[in-house]
Amino acid sequence: MTEANTLTKKKKVDTKPLAGILKKYPAIGESLLAILQDVQLEYKYLPEVCLKKVSNKLELPLNQVYAVATFYNAFSLKPKGIYVIQVCLGTACHVRGAPDIVDELERLLNIKCGDTTPDGRFTLESVNCVGACALGPVKVINGDYHGHLTRNKIEKILKQYK
Amino acid sequence: MKIKNKEALEKLQKKLSKEFSKFETLVAICGGTGCRGSKAQKIVAAFKKEIKSRKLGKKVVVKETGCHGFCEKGPLVVIRPENIFYQEVNEEHVTDIIEKTILNKEILEDLLFEIIHEGQKKAKKKKAKKKNDEKRNLVIKEDDVPFYKNQVRTVFGQNGYIDPKCIEDYISYKGYTALAKVLTEMEPEEVISEVEKSRLRGRGGGGFPAGRKWRSCRNAAGEKKYVVCNADEGDPGAYMDRSILEGNPHSVIEGMLIAAFAIGSKDGYVYVRAEYPLAVENLAFAIDEARNWGLLGENILGTGFTFDIKISIGGGAFVCGESTALMLSIEGKVGEPRTKHIHTVESGLYDLPTNLNNVETWANVPLIINRGSDWYSKIGTETSKGTKLFSLVGNVVNTGLVEVPMGVSLRKIIFDIGGGVPNGKKYKAVQTGGPSGGCIPESMLDLPVGFDELENAGSMMGSGGMIVMDEDTCMVDISRYFLSFLVEESCGKCTTCREGCFQLYNIVQRITEGKGKKGDIEQLEELSVTIKEASLCALGKSAPNPVLSTIKHFREEYEQHINERKCPAGVCKALFEYEVDSEVCTMCGICFKKCPSDAITWKKKEIAVIDKIACTKCGICFEVCKDDSILKV
Ligand SMILES: Cc1cc2nc3c(=O)[nH]c(=O)nc-3n(C[C@H](O)[C@H](O)[C@H](O)COP(=O)(O)O)c2cc1C
Ligand code: FES
Ligand code: FES
Repeated sequence: MTEANTLTKKKKVDTKPLAGILKKYPAIGESLLAILQDVQLEYKYLPEVCLKKVSNKLELPLNQVYAVATFYNAFSLKPKGIYVIQVCLGTACHVRGAPDIVDELERLLNIKCGDTTPDGRFTLESVNCVGACALGPVKVINGDYHGHLTRNKIEKILKQYK
Repeated sequence: MKIKNKEALEKLQKKLSKEFSKFETLVAICGGTGCRGSKAQKIVAAFKKEIKSRKLGKKVVVKETGCHGFCEKGPLVVIRPENIFYQEVNEEHVTDIIEKTILNKEILEDLLFEIIHEGQKKAKKKKAKKKNDEKRNLVIKEDDVPFYKNQVRTVFGQNGYIDPKCIEDYISYKGYTALAKVLTEMEPEEVISEVEKSRLRGRGGGGFPAGRKWRSCRNAAGEKKYVVCNADEGDPGAYMDRSILEGNPHSVIEGMLIAAFAIGSKDGYVYVRAEYPLAVENLAFAIDEARNWGLLGENILGTGFTFDIKISIGGGAFVCGESTALMLSIEGKVGEPRTKHIHTVESGLYDLPTNLNNVETWANVPLIINRGSDWYSKIGTETSKGTKLFSLVGNVVNTGLVEVPMGVSLRKIIFDIGGGVPNGKKYKAVQTGGPSGGCIPESMLDLPVGFDELENAGSMMGSGGMIVMDEDTCMVDISRYFLSFLVEESCGKCTTCREGCFQLYNIVQRITEGKGKKGDIEQLEELSVTIKEASLCALGKSAPNPVLSTIKHFREEYEQHINERKCPAGVCKALFEYEVDSEVCTMCGICFKKCPSDAITWKKKEIAVIDKIACTKCGICFEVCKDDSILKV
């Protein structure tokens, strides 16, 4: 969390979009997940100021908001890169060699799965089944599917996003 | 435009089906996630544009449907009513399909499915693809494609016909007839009896009798009750539920409406995974449409019955597929399961009586009401009735969604429908039941699929994921894979699951690194028993299954890892080295050029040599070598 704190301090977070999001939902506990999902989508992570405001608005203890924010895979407390690479590590992709794809991406981007490149361009994540098992191994970059991957194809694909 | 009553619905169904029958041709383009991944939407756009510019709009209707099932060959385009099946279509084929097939009834051979027998395969590889000298075994009609021929598609039947974003489509295929029937002709008790008689069992994994669950919920004390649909589908490698929601969301809505009437509920929720954006989109659209047509909301079909559905989007946690965790998650909380000494039918969502069923379970309900429990209970085995959808994936020739009657053998599904294992490799195992299931070896392939049959084999049916594994799959690695998944996804509430899975993982991880010890296997077995006995929810109780079933059926593989420090499948990187087979090497040098670690030395007309110390075992040389001269030793 300390890393998230320093990052949020570095850049001031604009809370205007958050106000819009909060207006969309009734101020009840049930809205928490949906609100955090919208915040994640808008900011690409959950900034600390936003979590505090959400906790105030819904009258939930901040620790409960953090509990939810850290429990679900969909949320991240660290800002993500411009391009989010999601490599499928579902079982179908695993048996078709997905771990090698992760290795190769880690090597090329010089980061570990779950991290973001220092220039903020790429975040590398793993997901479990994106529902395109016929294309496996698959990765999704900002919504674009790339299927039938081999180690050899990856560098070329990454170049499209440089 | 609300539908006022049953008669109005029937009139509308007739009117719509007459309107649709005016079209001479229906172009059904698969818009499921798999085909979209291969740019199916561009094909849809191209078709629509050309049909418009050629002024064929009155004769030809283009529909973007949900997944047709045969994802392996996507993008798929089917020309109906002739049901001409075109595979691997791209934008450039569109003009030809319109000109030749639609207008002139000519078949485009290049887009047809071809049956290739084992023997032919190898010969084929060497020859250029299109050669006319040998007779090709081409299939024209969708139903004749072997993948579809052996299936019985009831739940999934309309997926290739209807546009999920067009409620009129669903209605024209007699949609909402079952709802009208229960609201006007049946008492809630009768509906429950009918579902009980059908012997429908929940498709989410547990196989609990749906009718019995409904009855308990109806009988539970309380004014307000909830009906919830579980669309969390956390089993990695399974995508049946998503495809139903994407392709035929109204069938799920109708199922929930019928249960709501039977149970006495006004409020429904669908809990969907966030990773399924298209399912969320199509479902939300369908709910809105149903509301606009008066099929959700107040006074449905003029009967005074009220029911509405909200969507709750999950946060990507496997454990939230578990009923009690799912309900907490809908409430906006952390999804940690609780003990079930009080059932959720009595105290579930917001501590009120809640009936939770899986997507596929819901989609079965309208069929049972329409065709009757007698018809339904004739399909399947003694204890498992109806059909079941499976997602047949992994090392299998025909990846896709398969619907078969319960009781069909695994062999039939994997070999007759799935076409067996690709690239001439040998079958090793099929994994069913996801992270709670197990691996089934060759010797048990004649097992009929059904809830109890698979459980007796040490696996479970789960929600229907079926991952085929070939000889290049290491079973110890598979066990490690599932354990790492479970360690990550355990909610951490109970000790045996949290710590136990972690210890199992550590041991198996050690074995894959070549640091296995004598007694490891026995310790895995012992720990597994404890985790099964003492864990709080079914996640922990079933977590050891992948370990136990691989030990049971592939014990010698564990032993080889431990005693000989060998991974026979060549997966565990610590246990093999890459080497060039000097007898096969053609000295092309591609491995040298591609090696990212400068671990290969090569000169023109010389055999490549791998420096085993510099080699990081990334495997690129193995992949790029065209002559299979890189060995794992
Ligand atoms: C860890 C865990 C994960 C589960 N995941 C799912 C799931 O993704 N989808 C589902 O329908 N059921 C899932 N279940 C089963 C549900 O708890 C529940 O039994 C089911 O949704 C009930 O519906 P059914 O009777 O129609 O099958 C899961 C259970 C456990 C223990
Ligand atoms: S397992 Fe990777 S897409 Fe399904
Ligand atoms: S996504 Fe097109 S057939 Fe499955």
